[in-house]
Amino acid sequence: MTEKTGASGLILNEPLLWEKGKKGRRGFSLPRRDVPSAPLPSDLMGDGPDFPDLSEIDIVRHYTRLSTWNFGVDSGMYPLGSCTMKYNPKTNERQASLPGFAQAHPLLPPELAQGALKLMFELQNLLGEITGLPSVTLQPAAGAHGELTGMLIFHAYHKTNGETRSKILIPDTAHGTNPASAALCGFHSIPVKSNAEGILGPGDVEALMDEDTAGIMVTNPNTLGLFENNIKQVAEIVHARGGLVYADGANMNAVMGIVNMADIGVDVLHLNLHKTFSTPHGGGGPGSGPVCVTRALDKFLPVPRVVKTGAAYALSDDYPDSIGKLHAFYGNFGIQIRAYSYILSMGPDLKKASQYAVLNANYLKESLKDVLHLPYDRPCMHECVFTDQNQHAFKVTTLDIAKRLMDYGFHPPTIYFPLVVSGALMMEPTESECKENLDHFIDALKQIAEEARSNPDLLLNAPHLTKVKRLDETTAARKPCLAG
Amino acid sequence: MRYLPHTQDDIAEMLHTIGIESLDALFDSLPAACRRKKALNLAEPLTEWELNRHMNSLADSMAVCPEYRVFLGAGSYDHYIPEVTRQLLGRSEFYTAYTPYQPEISQGTLQAIYEYQTLTSRLLGLDVANASMYDGASALAEALLMAIRITRRNKVAVSRLIHPLYRRVIQTYFAPTGYEVVELPFLENGRTDLSRLGDLADIAGVAIQSPNFVGCVEDLGSISETIHSDKKTLMIVSFSEPLAYGILKSPGSQGADIACGEGQSLGIPRSFGGPGLGMFASKSAYMRQMPGRLIGKTTDLEGRRGFVLTLATREQHIRREKATSNICSNQGLCATAAGMYMAALGGTGIRELAQLNHDKAAYLKAGLTGAGFDIPFSAPTFNEFTVKFPGGFDAKYSALLAKNIVAGLPLAPYYPELKGYYLLCVTETMDKADMDMLVKEVTS
Repeated sequence: MTEKTGASGLILNEPLLWEKGKKGRRGFSLPRRDVPSAPLPSDLMGDGPDFPDLSEIDIVRHYTRLSTWNFGVDSGMYPLGSCTMKYNPKTNERQASLPGFAQAHPLLPPELAQGALKLMFELQNLLGEITGLPSVTLQPAAGAHGELTGMLIFHAYHKTNGETRSKILIPDTAHGTNPASAALCGFHSIPVKSNAEGILGPGDVEALMDEDTAGIMVTNPNTLGLFENNIKQVAEIVHARGGLVYADGANMNAVMGIVNMADIGVDVLHLNLHKTFSTPHGGGGPGSGPVCVTRALDKFLPVPRVVKTGAAYALSDDYPDSIGKLHAFYGNFGIQIRAYSYILSMGPDLKKASQYAVLNANYLKESLKDVLHLPYDRPCMHECVFTDQNQHAFKVTTLDIAKRLMDYGFHPPTIYFPLVVSGALMMEPTESECKENLDHFIDALKQIAEEARSNPDLLLNAPHLTKVKRLDETTAARKPCLAG
Repeated sequence: MRYLPHTQDDIAEMLHTIGIESLDALFDSLPAACRRKKALNLAEPLTEWELNRHMNSLADSMAVCPEYRVFLGAGSYDHYIPEVTRQLLGRSEFYTAYTPYQPEISQGTLQAIYEYQTLTSRLLGLDVANASMYDGASALAEALLMAIRITRRNKVAVSRLIHPLYRRVIQTYFAPTGYEVVELPFLENGRTDLSRLGDLADIAGVAIQSPNFVGCVEDLGSISETIHSDKKTLMIVSFSEPLAYGILKSPGSQGADIACGEGQSLGIPRSFGGPGLGMFASKSAYMRQMPGRLIGKTTDLEGRRGFVLTLATREQHIRREKATSNICSNQGLCATAAGMYMAALGGTGIRELAQLNHDKAAYLKAGLTGAGFDIPFSAPTFNEFTVKFPGGFDAKYSALLAKNIVAGLPLAPYYPELKGYYLLCVTETMDKADMDMLVKEVTS
């Protein structure tokens, strides 16, 4: 057994910002005043916000200490299912911070912004090639924003055909964002049960699909980590009734270079650049959720669009059927830069990334299936889902296993999702982890399973080595305190 | 490839454990008809050094300071960003973490965002702020939808002096809903005209931007009296330049029920329009109707202070189609940056910096007035204002571009009636000499 990664160390406490500082300190170098003072009308003047005054070192120590309470991909393995926590290459950060990009104003005349427009144009083409859906918008700021874009396209498509459809089919394994995005467009979600194999059965879709249904939202591979093997038949059924097929591309990391989304009947797909294309998640965002569509749906994409005439790039609003604008400007351009850098750095090796991601997940699945209960024992894609069923006898749950993993130095997997699996532990190792790291993780889970038998309190009271112990989420919700 | 750690031996051992022969066999369970027929048509991978060269060449073609003098604001502002913010934000424990679903190992993110929420609610004069929205435009669209949920009314009113691109985002969000959006005209002084608001009884919310798109500070106090003459109608204050509230009365203090807008000004690079920061705050009475994530304070098993994501029953992962919004990923790192920036400025600093922004813009405004140009809107301004240049200025504007000067934003594409009107912005980054040069150039 190699040394356990989790260890205790000196962690420093740190108060809240406004519990520090003294009036008159400052942490900002105020630019020189070279113009006279000009009064504002007193009826508009306020007292200014009640912010603490801190010196520069106060701020540096504050955030440095806070950062040490966090676990990131740079800290260790982060097998959070459906989140694709792969390595975030450092060079991508360099590219996004180049002054020409970072300081560029979004409303510069196009002739003064050729580099950014060219980058966007090329990234669109790259994403079109990778997905097989050739028309691409980069405007959505995150995955759910991409879903909303897709649903607006569904709505506009049916409207153009003189129809208003009120329903949308959504498998029971879907992310919660799917029904929420559909609801924003007035679609009523009709859940489709996945079959005994954990995937959609064509018969179930056939029974629900009708002329009042706008289409279906499918995550493929789905959140059980399983490829929707019936996707082509499902798409044919939906298309035959005039519907469209939306694919949630959150799990695209499994199939780059393996599956062409247009070939399998997908009309609209969103990508998460902060998953598949290596951009950092930032502790919650910013992400980026480009949407790729078939040529037939091209005219509905958001405006403005980057167009190329000769060697020159420009922005055009001249798309009368467009659904409009989703973002004040062009989406999270800084994130687009990182994804573009990643794709250029990987080239055709993107297929290898998918192969290794699937290799890693299947290796975990095979190595752990005697330790944790595996509800769907079939080849998985980039993630696999276990449950806590084997640990029920010891009154130990998924939550306890997850918390105990922290003591071993790992970020827990996604827990209690997908909802169709009771006590789910959804693991996505990504291609970034080498075999030794996976073996380490497997060993940790084996030991935890043993602890569950021999000393369940160790799990019930976990984590033991973190800055804080389990937190009282019930009181936080009952008596919300959202500001200090 | 340096991002892929697998050796041939590793692969062989792992395949053996799985019980298959090759990497291709991992995909044997996929129907043949679902397998991609053609290989990815992508160029060979670039080395790190080739990538640097390629990206340098793209970035070098962009018009930025110091080679260019760009007098553009209009929702994206040039402010100095302290090195402290840049370096602290570069701590990868912050930027390589996911959403803080596991609070015991995410206290850094959670406390930083809780502090951001607090400073934001203090800046905007409201009780609670969320953990961020995508940008100022989507924040406003969601605020209007929130007003509709709260009041159960189906119509909203929006000032025409709200950023025109934000209004287009509102149109997109509202297109499939059947809710009605009416636009309020503006007065000769550059402020919103509420006289055509009509009967408030069917209006869920009225949205006003201050400082507004043409640069003028709205009289939020009297607007509030008008809007709140109906007890249910909500007042929504939008903004694109939150630094203004370092010196102006806050939206909350003037009666706003919801304040939302773009926070890019607060320590975030312009980055060609994104990522920015959708700031969103409201009165606590409406907390449970808010979109987006919220961080709350609590205690751990040993009674120590800690922070968690809370009130998740509003959100899509719990409530699915009945959620208050579909938002999941937000702009967390940008919110962290804004928190750092507000902390670096402090209460004293933000006031001084806001005053300096105002004074610089006032200097340029006075210079242009002195040179005989027309300042068409008389209402007070912050760091942006509108100038009416004489007929034929288009040619001059283009000539100045060739001299590396972007002399503001022409307003005619957004307001056809404002032909010859230009929106100019000056922040603390612009020197007196730059402004004198601009006055000289447009005069000559």
